[in-house]
Amino acid sequence: MSDVATDVMSVIKKKIRVDRSEITMDDRLADLGLESLDALELVFDLEEKFEIEIPVNANDAQIGGFEKVSDVVAAVQKIIDKKAQPA
Amino acid sequence: MNRVVITGLGAVTPLGLDVPSYWAGLKAGTDGIRPIEQFQRETLNQKVLGEVKGFDPLKHFDDRQLNTLDRVSQIAVVAAREAIKHSGLSFEGELADRTATIIGTGVGGQTTIDDSYRRLYGDKNPRVFPLNIPKLMVNAPASQISMHCGLRGPAFVVASACASATHAIGLGYQFVRSGLSEAAVVGGAEACLTYGSIKCWEAMRVMAPDKVRPFSKDRKGMIIGEGAAVLVLETEEAARKRGAEILGEIAGFGMSADAKDITAPDAGGMGRAVKAALSDASLNPADIHYINAHGTGTTANDRTETEAIKAVFGGHANKLSISATKSMIGHALGAAGALEMVATIMSLREGVVTPTINYLGLDPDCDLDYVPNEARDMKIDAALSNSFAFGGLNAVLAAKRYQ
Repeated sequence: MSDVATDVMSVIKKKIRVDRSEITMDDRLADLGLESLDALELVFDLEEKFEIEIPVNANDAQIGGFEKVSDVVAAVQKIIDKKAQPA
Repeated sequence: MNRVVITGLGAVTPLGLDVPSYWAGLKAGTDGIRPIEQFQRETLNQKVLGEVKGFDPLKHFDDRQLNTLDRVSQIAVVAAREAIKHSGLSFEGELADRTATIIGTGVGGQTTIDDSYRRLYGDKNPRVFPLNIPKLMVNAPASQISMHCGLRGPAFVVASACASATHAIGLGYQFVRSGLSEAAVVGGAEACLTYGSIKCWEAMRVMAPDKVRPFSKDRKGMIIGEGAAVLVLETEEAARKRGAEILGEIAGFGMSADAKDITAPDAGGMGRAVKAALSDASLNPADIHYINAHGTGTTANDRTETEAIKAVFGGHANKLSISATKSMIGHALGAAGALEMVATIMSLREGVVTPTINYLGLDPDCDLDYVPNEARDMKIDAALSNSFAFGGLNAVLAAKRYQ
């Protein structure tokens, strides 16, 4: 697993509201008990951790279009990669 | 118990700086959401807001007065002056002691707070202006109206976020109805458009980037606005005795708390406030022709408000005309309920329902008649104005055409 994936998952783990020692890429955020305000806090924590901006609108059916843990990892990776590219 | 009528209206809004221009803008379906001018917007994602344009404080106050007036109090006093002048009431004598001043505001002197903290933390300037405290205190708009207009009865601010003004108007209605006050100057004011506060709203991710589209498919959220609106309330008896023009009647007021979630709306709580207003007004659901909705443009509010209306009104829900003023002026938080009550009273009076603009088409979760995009000529006998706040605090006013 990439470093980004490990870091994202450690951030997510701090936010989950179910009793789980480990989470996987295939876990659905809803199954981890993440409700809309938790998801907003998660986005904030990820932005702080990686010093990035994640464009999400809380009015969307799924915040950021994130269904699974892997979706969050992919989104963060994409933003980091884009940031690394020379302008 | 006294019948309570409205004899004066005042407003400072993104569509105009008085009631005639505001009402003309609403009827024409004008979009008051425009590029930000009050502060630098380069590092904001949000580029448009419901800003009051062209308000020159020096037209209304001198330099010395402005030292103690945050923008929220400036627009509150200007709206109050217009409403009082419109009513024709004079507060020279004893009436002043018997007139209440009840104003809703969400956050108070936000500009003063933002400017002084930037100076302190950002500019590292150790000195702040000595009159910041009386400028920023949340009761300032009510205090300033009482001082500038000479109102010496009960005066205070009501803070219930997005329902503040509706709670304030409802309390004033109860004061006058019960005889506790002879008249009441009521409404709301909000001037919360600062760099710091808009950054906080951005972080909540609830704002639409471009337009407010309440109840519409593909709506993307609310947009913050600002403004002030004030109504003069008095007993029907007093208004008739002095030959005042009666603009409308407040017939009932209902309140409730969801006791559930700090941000998520709740159809049960909303419905209980609507039912309480109908019951207080001795109106049946079928008596209501129009609802000025809370209608923020968020997916959650508009879906939940629709659900609440259907639950209370049953089959009559399909016959209601419902519209969202926020589609044109954005969400002025603690002032919103007063801006919307002014619109509701004008609708009752003129027989015109203002539109929900920027409406793109049906959302299956919102399948009532939202008066899309164009105003509608329609005789209204009774109407509701809904306000539902963050924190689950709900307030609904019932108004009747005066006859």
